[in-house]
Amino acid sequence: MTRTARVAYAGAIHTAFPHDDGIRLADGRVLAESAVTWLPPFEAGTVLALGLNYADHVKELARELTITAKDEPLVFLKGPGTLLGHRGYTRRPADVTFMHYECELAVVIGRTARKVKAANAMQHVAGYTVCNDYAFRDYLENWYRPNMRVKNRDGATVLGPWLVSADEVADPHALELATYVNGTRRQHGSTANMVNDIPALIEYLSDFMTLQPGDVILTGTPDGVVNVQAGDEVVCEVTGIGRLLNTIVDDSSFLSTQQFQSAIGVPA
Amino acid sequence: MPFDPSLGFSPWRLSGVVYGTLLNDPASLAALGAAVEKPPYKAPPQAPVLYLKPRNTLSGPGSVIHVPAATSVRVGVSLGIIIGRTACRVPANAADNFIAGYTVVNDICLPHDNFYRPSLRFNARDGFCPIANARIAAALVSDPDALATRVWIDDEPVFEGSTGGRIRSVRRLLADVTEFMTLQPGDILLLGAGAGAPVAADGQRIRVEISGIGSMENRVEREESR
Repeated sequence: MTRTARVAYAGAIHTAFPHDDGIRLADGRVLAESAVTWLPPFEAGTVLALGLNYADHVKELARELTITAKDEPLVFLKGPGTLLGHRGYTRRPADVTFMHYECELAVVIGRTARKVKAANAMQHVAGYTVCNDYAFRDYLENWYRPNMRVKNRDGATVLGPWLVSADEVADPHALELATYVNGTRRQHGSTANMVNDIPALIEYLSDFMTLQPGDVILTGTPDGVVNVQAGDEVVCEVTGIGRLLNTIVDDSSFLSTQQFQSAIGVPA
Repeated sequence: MPFDPSLGFSPWRLSGVVYGTLLNDPASLAALGAAVEKPPYKAPPQAPVLYLKPRNTLSGPGSVIHVPAATSVRVGVSLGIIIGRTACRVPANAADNFIAGYTVVNDICLPHDNFYRPSLRFNARDGFCPIANARIAAALVSDPDALATRVWIDDEPVFEGSTGGRIRSVRRLLADVTEFMTLQPGDILLLGAGAGAPVAADGQRIRVEISGIGSMENRVEREESR
């Protein structure tokens, strides 16, 4: 039974554990939660994300979906650059009019899985964490949708704070999901309402690709996604797994393209 | 052979992160005809259409590509652009500063004609991304947008194309991709297969080549024989 985080502190990366006064590093130091930089709680391999895996969210999006019939799970991949830890900052580009959070249960693979049947799938799960999988809907295009400009932006897939070992979670399909924006609950659902549950997803994916330890499945989000603005504090919570904080920042935190190009030595 | 991450030049090692580019040949888009304006697409793509070749797909020269019974594979010979420096919001006219070199990638997929959804089941199968051991430093490639690409199946020439005449050139593609996602040293960005990529079936040998870069052979076998 373990609950671990990865944090950067005082020049090194540490494994950390929960503590009554904040967190405890593996070397014994006890620190405030805000004294460290939180990284995603494990070194992620392949990041697989589900779209439209909650019936209520499918209904919410129905008016803009070209195709509603679902013959197989909608899965897309994410690269390492999009991952971000607890208490991080996510950029909201100035030209975006609709950016929304997505609170999700993230399932971390612990044992290699190839052509695994649903009945045996759960033994390949190492544990769980919380994901906030931001989408930037202005950039949606209908080619390999959701396209990477919407779903693979730098620092827009937040993971953490804790990796909770599978033995701590009696039933991963009976967990409450909730998102709070500046303290107000805006999204609420239950992992009981997944269209394809965790064993079904592992069976589907491992039929054509070998899942390896460290691969992670982001299992989708229920309805209740709303636009967020720079300055908003977004907390995604999965009962028993964790509360994941993220803050939205605007473009002023980043150099303008012109400033940036000048900084890297590109003539105007 | 398994995927070999070693490189003969800085950054010395491939990261194993490979992004593919779909429909980066005007002829591929043209082949879709009026369909690009109709549902589900409704409009031609604006940004690069990207996908990721996850780590289970990576393999090397000589590897066997396993396919389900009664299917063939599409052979997408593609220039692999090897990133040399962290590339964030790179302008096209500075792209060369961020490219370490080039390699040959056989971007394999199961043939599919609908590009509405990310086609993981077609693109992300085990071993579907053989990468050649030939990796050529950028300084040795005078024009990456004018390289001949060829495919042979069982020694028969079945495809001739070019890295040129693309919707996005090497430099333009790097600029448009890094506008929203940062690439790291050792990452590979695929320029994308040319229109008319050939198919290969169970038992066939595939050879892909990009002139001035290198070549690679792989074999197709049915999954059941595994």
